Amino acid sequence: MKISLTVNGELRESEIEPRTLLVQYLRENLALTGTNIGCDTSSCGACSMHLNGEAVKSCTILAAQADGCNITTIEGLAKGGKMHPMQEAFMQNHGLQCGYCTPGMVMAAISLLEENANPTEDEVRVGLEGNLCRCTGYHNIIQSVLACAKGGN
Amino acid sequence: MSVYMPTTVDQAVALLAQNPGACLLTGGTDTMVEVNFNHLKPGTVIGLRLVSSLREYTITPQLIQIGAGVPYARMETGPLAEALPALAAAARTVGSPQIRAAGTLGGNLGTCSPAGDGLPVLAALDAVVNLRSPRGIRGVPFQDFMVGVKRNSRVSDELIESVSIAPTSGYQDYAKVGVRNAMVISVASVCLVHDRHTASVRVALGAVGPTIIRAREAEAWLATQVDASTSLPPDEAVAIEFARRVAAEARPIDDHRSTADYRRHAIQTLTRRLYLRSTK
Ligand SMILES: Cc1cc2nc3c(=O)[nH]c(=O)nc-3n(C[C@H](O)[C@H](O)[C@H](O)COP(=O)(O)OP(=O)(O)OC[C@H]3O[C@@H](n4cnc5c(N)ncnc54)[C@H](O)[C@@H]3O)c2cc1C
Ligand code: FES
Ligand code: FES
Repeated sequence: MKISLTVNGELRESEIEPRTLLVQYLRENLALTGTNIGCDTSSCGACSMHLNGEAVKSCTILAAQADGCNITTIEGLAKGGKMHPMQEAFMQNHGLQCGYCTPGMVMAAISLLEENANPTEDEVRVGLEGNLCRCTGYHNIIQSVLACAKGGN
Repeated sequence: MSVYMPTTVDQAVALLAQNPGACLLTGGTDTMVEVNFNHLKPGTVIGLRLVSSLREYTITPQLIQIGAGVPYARMETGPLAEALPALAAAARTVGSPQIRAAGTLGGNLGTCSPAGDGLPVLAALDAVVNLRSPRGIRGVPFQDFMVGVKRNSRVSDELIESVSIAPTSGYQDYAKVGVRNAMVISVASVCLVHDRHTASVRVALGAVGPTIIRAREAEAWLATQVDASTSLPPDEAVAIEFARRVAAEARPIDDHRSTADYRRHAIQTLTRRLYLRSTK
């Protein structure tokens, strides 16, 4: 079937298998492999991306369901070779180790700050509870998000 | 698999009639997990995400109507949260922000798990589930809608269009016990609604029986103890006895998530707390 959606600001039209998951479509059809798959049961958050501006888990959404929608992935964040402040904050605050959860964490964290620009540490923890990290122990991830909120990276 | 993406309810209902047994899909947070696990292999999927009327709600002094496709995220804050604080409280306990951005009441009703967090709220509010088919609209009171574990009285050519709720006047809240936040399937939950208009206190229990349980005997007992047409008395003894009676109506089982005893205890504690909060 045919779908057309805007991915990172660009209109993409594709012929896809109806069964294709949104995350598969981005990784396999569009070669945007920045978004990872950790579980495919909506548990880990690795596949988080923005659908019409809101973080969702793209492993349980069919690409067909996003027809006509606006998608932003981790690849769409940097502008003119300059990282998004959230990416910068993760780098400065050692918010990652292996990096597997990072794209999903960053997308969820941006969505969190859009809803609550000045969260407390607890609010950041609760806001990221849909994202699992096996390396960092979360501490530096939380610090990264708080630093980004304060604008200090 | 073939996938249809209608944009109006009429199109969706027509597609459902032409494809008997087709799988309806809204947020996908239940269905697609089953599909990815290979537990479910739908031949035809009718996706409802693009049906904008399903994603709307209306609030008037007489009636609150919530489209089946309104995601939890929109119940947590804003006009719906003001009109239905118990629904907002339940919505906030669902999964994680990403799940709440996608998951809907229509999906919760479609799945009809006794642990579905939206369902005790619908039960306590005496919500009516509106089903659309080529025959028209059929309104089914929630208590007749859910008939067993993951079973409801929707027939296969019906689509859940919305739920209707008569506004109440008084305290309402939802409380749940679960294991890990972002994945919690509730172990036990309670919704309490106090309505001065109808002079009633209504309590519904989740995850402690094959369906959501309305504690009707305890409700009737409370009506003999307090005047619900005004503020409820902050009487500890009433709260304790009421909670004991509510818990006695639960029908919990032992399973891998919890024991029946613990569930009954949790119901009692949550009910006592909610009752006392309602008197403040
Ligand atoms: C990580 C995770 C955490 C979760 N946590 C919770 C939780 O805390 N509490 C909770 O209650 N649930 C939880 N869930 C389950 C799920 O998110 C909810 O049940 C949600 O309400 C489902 O809505 P949906 O729109 O995603 O449903 P879908 O997956 O789209 O559909 C679910 C069922 O409903 C049917 N359906 C959907 N829309 C309609 C309609 N309009 N008419 C008729 N049938 C329809 C579908 O055919 C399917 O059978 C969780 C799920 C995940 C993956
Ligand atoms: S891959 Fe989507 S949540 Fe884990
Ligand atoms: S940095 Fe390795 S999983 Fe989070």
